[in-house]
Amino acid sequence: MDEIRKSTRDGAWAALFLAPQVIGLIVFSIGPIIAAIVLSLFQWDAIGTPLFIGFQNFVDIFSGGSDFWIALKNTLYYSVLTIPVAIILALVLAVLLNNVKGKMIYRTIYFMPQVTSSVAVCMIWLWMYNGDFGLINQLLSYVGIKGPQWLTDTRWVMPAIAILSIWWGLGYNMTIFLAGLQGIPRSYYEAATIDGANAMQQFRHITLPLISPTTFFLTIMAVISSFQVFDQAYIMTGGGPAKASTTLVYLVWNTAFQEFYMGRASAIALMLFVMILIVTLIQFKFSDRWVNYEI
Amino acid sequence: MARDEDMVLKSAAPRSVKASHIISQIILHTILILGSAAMIIPFLWMISTSLKDFGQVFIIPPKWIPDPIMWSNYPNAWNALPFGNAYLNSIKIAVIVVTVQLLTASMAAYAFSKLKFKGREVLFTIFLATMMIPGQVTMIPTFILMKYLGWIDTHLPLIVPGALFSAFGVFLLRQFMMSLPKELDEAAIMDGANHWTIYWRISLPLIVPAMTALGIFTFMGTWNNFMGPLIYLNTPEKFTVPMLLNQFKGQYITDWTLMMAASAIAIIPVLIIYLIGQRYIIEGIALTGMKA
Repeated sequence: MDEIRKSTRDGAWAALFLAPQVIGLIVFSIGPIIAAIVLSLFQWDAIGTPLFIGFQNFVDIFSGGSDFWIALKNTLYYSVLTIPVAIILALVLAVLLNNVKGKMIYRTIYFMPQVTSSVAVCMIWLWMYNGDFGLINQLLSYVGIKGPQWLTDTRWVMPAIAILSIWWGLGYNMTIFLAGLQGIPRSYYEAATIDGANAMQQFRHITLPLISPTTFFLTIMAVISSFQVFDQAYIMTGGGPAKASTTLVYLVWNTAFQEFYMGRASAIALMLFVMILIVTLIQFKFSDRWVNYEI
Repeated sequence: MARDEDMVLKSAAPRSVKASHIISQIILHTILILGSAAMIIPFLWMISTSLKDFGQVFIIPPKWIPDPIMWSNYPNAWNALPFGNAYLNSIKIAVIVVTVQLLTASMAAYAFSKLKFKGREVLFTIFLATMMIPGQVTMIPTFILMKYLGWIDTHLPLIVPGALFSAFGVFLLRQFMMSLPKELDEAAIMDGANHWTIYWRISLPLIVPAMTALGIFTFMGTWNNFMGPLIYLNTPEKFTVPMLLNQFKGQYITDWTLMMAASAIAIIPVLIIYLIGQRYIIEGIALTGMKA
């Protein structure tokens, strides 16, 4: 009896405590998700009367009517260029850093780009990548390489954006790896040293397996964020040249806010969500082959 | 005991082992310093260019220390567009979002961790599930909602959603509240305290580290947000700092000295705050693994 009275009183308190966030959840998350699904079945410019067209938006997307395949290819290319290098570089640096004095100073420096806004980062790199007077091509010329016109060359624009993104995110990935490395007991390395294992063998047989949950987490996060790359493409290249840096989110933005096809843009955004979901599920599915949760 | 053995091992170590240790340290530091240079050079390049006059930008090979040093680029860039305004706008938006979100998210976290009510697990699972949805899915319907509310070209679309909804914030704070000992709450109930008092006086003070971490990355995320202002704001007086910098780029794209001065104006205050509070910022991120 007392229990029941307590739980109804708790219910009233819960309603009070939850009210703001639940209103937010409904208005800014669940409502818009449902609306996006409905909207994807309409043709609408956000002003006139919405026109129901069934699955026509999806048919248009898949038949290549709105650069969907180009944007998908560019996004996948960007992900392939960025993720492996970003993860491996961050892990190597974290391991090196874990073995030196002055860890904090290095960490502060490597993390610096992470607190800088995307627009400022892109402005600096726009100038770094300048084909004639930019720093990158100046440095390349010292070793006798004539650098390309990075951002206006269809072959180089994606690698250029990928390099920037790796630089930008390195401090974050490294910091998380460092936190993960702290969790590996010192005694494992001491035991391995006594058994005569060298640094490389220790990395291969102790660090790599025991850090794998962190690697897995960072890979998942990296896939999600690289599928959503937008700022760099918008600020530095406007999706160009010749659509070579039009990513999926750039396409969503362009379709919705430049061409005013709200329905088609919603359909592309939903496809993006489905793809992120599938890739993440695949990663989870295969994770038991390489992720080791036992310490 | 273990330490004694350690001492013995160290002092007994032959000289060659010590030497190889020093050599490996030198190699490690060399690699890490080269890496640090790669991280810092873009910033130095920005500052160097921002202090040049127009002609010096095109000198090959580039000079790192400009001659003459053009300090005037900074007031020129600052006055070219309303940067003071942009700073006030960015500060206003970020402070309101952080304050209200910390309040609403911790309240919800309290309900999910301390109160028993019907449907608690289901509701919490829904919160978690929404974290999977990329922002682009909800962006278009939210834009249409804002349009109908007449909130376009105001700061409200940048404030209200962040203030009222953060599944991640609720999740993070709930995890911390779950780990608080129950004895304190029970004692307070014995003394006749209600849930608001327990929440405000007992639970909140105990989760200050988690609140700080959440506050820092909500602040950074709001401050650096670009797509939101891009979609919602039209008038330069209402722009945030990143948005105004983008506007600046549109107008001065060929004038690299002013462009870099404007970038420095946008970056340096943030970097100074970062250098002062970097311990909290980095540890907060390591603590929760969340990207700002």
